[in-house]
Amino acid sequence: MSLISTLARLEAVESGRARPLATVRHRHLSERPLVFVPLTTAGEAGAPLGALVGTDPQEPRLLVVAQPRDRDLRFAFLAELADALLPHLDAYTDDVEPAERGGTSRPKAGGDVDPETGKRVKVEVELCADAPQLIVPARAGIDFVRLLGRSMRFRRTAEEDPDAPYPAPPRVPLLGRWLTHYGERARVPGSSLLLAATDLLNRHWASGQSSLEDQHLGALLAWIDPGEGESGAQAALRAELTRDRDGQLLCPPAGPATDPAFDNRLLAPAVERYDRARQALGAAEEGVMADARLGELTVAEREIRRLVLTQLQPTWHAVWRGLELLRELPEGSRAADRWTRDRWSFTAHRDRVRAGEPPQPRRDDAVTAAQKLASRETAQAQLEAQEALDDPLVLAGRRLAGEAFLSEVTEVVMAWSDSKRPSPRPLLTVRTDDRPQLAERAKVYRSLEGKPQTAEFVRYDAEGTLVLRLTDRMGRAKDPAEGSVPQKGDRIAWTLFEHDQRGGPKLPAREETPWTHGGPPGTSAQSPDPVTPEDVL
Amino acid sequence: MDKAALASALGSPAAFGQSQFAFMRGNAFEAKVKADGGTEMMRLLGVDAPAEVRVPDLSAAGPEGRAARTALALREATAAGVGDGAWTLLDHPLLALEVAGSPAYLEPDAVVVHPDGRWTVVEIKSFPMIDASADAAKVGAAARQAAVYVLALERVAALTDGAKVAHSVLLVCPKDFSNLPTGSVVDVRKQLSVTRRQLARLTRIEDIAAALPEGTTFDLERPAQELTAAVESVSAAYAPECLAACELAFHCRDRARESGAVEALGPGMRGELGGLTTIGDVLAAARGSAGDPNDPAVAALRRAAALRAEALEEAGCR
Repeated sequence: MSLISTLARLEAVESGRARPLATVRHRHLSERPLVFVPLTTAGEAGAPLGALVGTDPQEPRLLVVAQPRDRDLRFAFLAELADALLPHLDAYTDDVEPAERGGTSRPKAGGDVDPETGKRVKVEVELCADAPQLIVPARAGIDFVRLLGRSMRFRRTAEEDPDAPYPAPPRVPLLGRWLTHYGERARVPGSSLLLAATDLLNRHWASGQSSLEDQHLGALLAWIDPGEGESGAQAALRAELTRDRDGQLLCPPAGPATDPAFDNRLLAPAVERYDRARQALGAAEEGVMADARLGELTVAEREIRRLVLTQLQPTWHAVWRGLELLRELPEGSRAADRWTRDRWSFTAHRDRVRAGEPPQPRRDDAVTAAQKLASRETAQAQLEAQEALDDPLVLAGRRLAGEAFLSEVTEVVMAWSDSKRPSPRPLLTVRTDDRPQLAERAKVYRSLEGKPQTAEFVRYDAEGTLVLRLTDRMGRAKDPAEGSVPQKGDRIAWTLFEHDQRGGPKLPAREETPWTHGGPPGTSAQSPDPVTPEDVL
Repeated sequence: MDKAALASALGSPAAFGQSQFAFMRGNAFEAKVKADGGTEMMRLLGVDAPAEVRVPDLSAAGPEGRAARTALALREATAAGVGDGAWTLLDHPLLALEVAGSPAYLEPDAVVVHPDGRWTVVEIKSFPMIDASADAAKVGAAARQAAVYVLALERVAALTDGAKVAHSVLLVCPKDFSNLPTGSVVDVRKQLSVTRRQLARLTRIEDIAAALPEGTTFDLERPAQELTAAVESVSAAYAPECLAACELAFHCRDRARESGAVEALGPGMRGELGGLTTIGDVLAAARGSAGDPNDPAVAALRRAAALRAEALEEAGCR
């Protein structure tokens, strides 16, 4: 943690309110994000308990599994979830704009190669104009999305495999593939397809508690937005611990895990009543009897739905409140660039699904894994650079670390290179109070109309005065293009890090994976998970 | 001592507990793994058709009795293994380990005695192993727990001829999304050396008790103020990680916050703050109202504070 954010935390403790860590919003927020608040059954891996999902804060859709250990009910839940999520995803797939692959907006350098000339050619392709954004309450929610995706994508529907012993409802495997894609994308630094509300808030505010406690959405919001006349610490403590007369937390955990006190005191008895009612219904023979029993079952089910809703609703509102607070910050200008990459990612997955490709494998092959790692490293470096350029407060941290400096130009001397066709190489004398850690001929960069311009460090003149030589972006002529050379008195932020990140060397094609790395991946489709005949997990 | 009750009496109750769903699931899974006289467990150990699996009865009166019974069973099992090539599965043995000068009793899920005299700790957990990998944090916790069992077993093995405790344990988890067990051998050598060092460094309970003022009691009937004073007399180093492990953590956090300790905000906080330990001191130094400007930590703080203020001002003006 940098000293500047440490200070922000200490200030937050002193003032009783969270302090800003950013002056702009560093993540794109969609106009209509889809908020997904899931709950899971304690101790079970693939047994969701319920969820609130929707794009309208006033009208969440409640999905509940009355008996999470029942396969049919779980499948019904997943089908309903697919019904809630897939139309939202589908709505974005057909609204496209033309784009060029191999152009600048493509995340990976490269593009397609013409087989005859071996030259790179640009290809006209479709790019989705916008992408659906998914917001979960906390980081555990992102892991749960991945888990749901993994549990669904290998399932077979009756249509795909008539012999499947327990066929999944249609569209469930498709949802699994989408959730897997979103979960995987969330691992790319700076991506915004799937975000956790706590991560978003923690990026922009420093609370007066530790980062461990910041994972509690209620407590974190309490620091950022405490009630009237209350300190953040008090409000956070209330969110963490206060219980009602039944021993239930006023601010239930943001999930997917539930509070054990809720499980033991409320949910378990309700599920037991439901099980009994179901057994009784199964045993009932006469029509009249069965009607009465069905009534009991409905009552029991309704009670479970009500209970689960009490646990979901506070988190649902907290997520929307968090989004509201985040929207008050203006979006950083380079966040849109990262969102474009998210749109490419969404479009690419849409194309894979449309092309009928099999679901993502259980484990990536060597080339895919290396590619993912490399692209995440690039994304991380790019995110750090872009945030610093967008936000003076982030830049301040880099200045403190000697990785950037703010300077005033005191003198400009024109000079040219020694080559046959001399190019402009003006020398700038700049004054700075920062302490950049410059080596001889180190490169520094500034942003000129959104593009980086490079200069070379020449020498120190005096304490706080240094000489730089501009080396590019001044046009092809002997004299530099208008506005491309700073003037005396200009205040310029220089960075020691590059603004754009280049990807590493190209990796071999998947079919050419060397044997040292496991050889080319097998072509056989991944088999579905084995199912056990007993219904209970 | 009941720390949960003590925490409630102090006014900072902790929220710990296990959901009965998780509890039931854990028990059901453990029963499934241990079913069929240990055949399933043997399969997970990679032994398909063992000649003979003994499952001795370990019941006895009291913890001392059960621990002694376990030690005896271990000795017999080792002898039987060397003699007849038999495998032995000890279901919930009880082991004694001296912690800070007083005995603590430990109950591993199972210990398997190999025919060659090796003892392997088996830890059964109900978190899933999906595509052959499980949550790293949970595996780490399980490994630390198993390391303590290995240590306790080593005390017994030292007194048994031909016995050797394996330094890797068998972790058994449900496979993917099913209730079928799958196993993974986890090397716990690192956890072992850490636990050994920590146990050696622990202050003995008698020494802690001796340092307390005469008449200190944690009697819950006492008024809260007196109890608070009693708890205060035992020194505690609060860190945010305590919240996940200790019933008294909320109490200690209150204390740490009251005293303005920087550590209450996380372990990484102290690194750049030099000798400054309280929030007040740090902020005063950053604002230039206290502290020695020649101290590099103070100088860095002032620069950080100035840069931060400048950036916030700039953003505010836009």
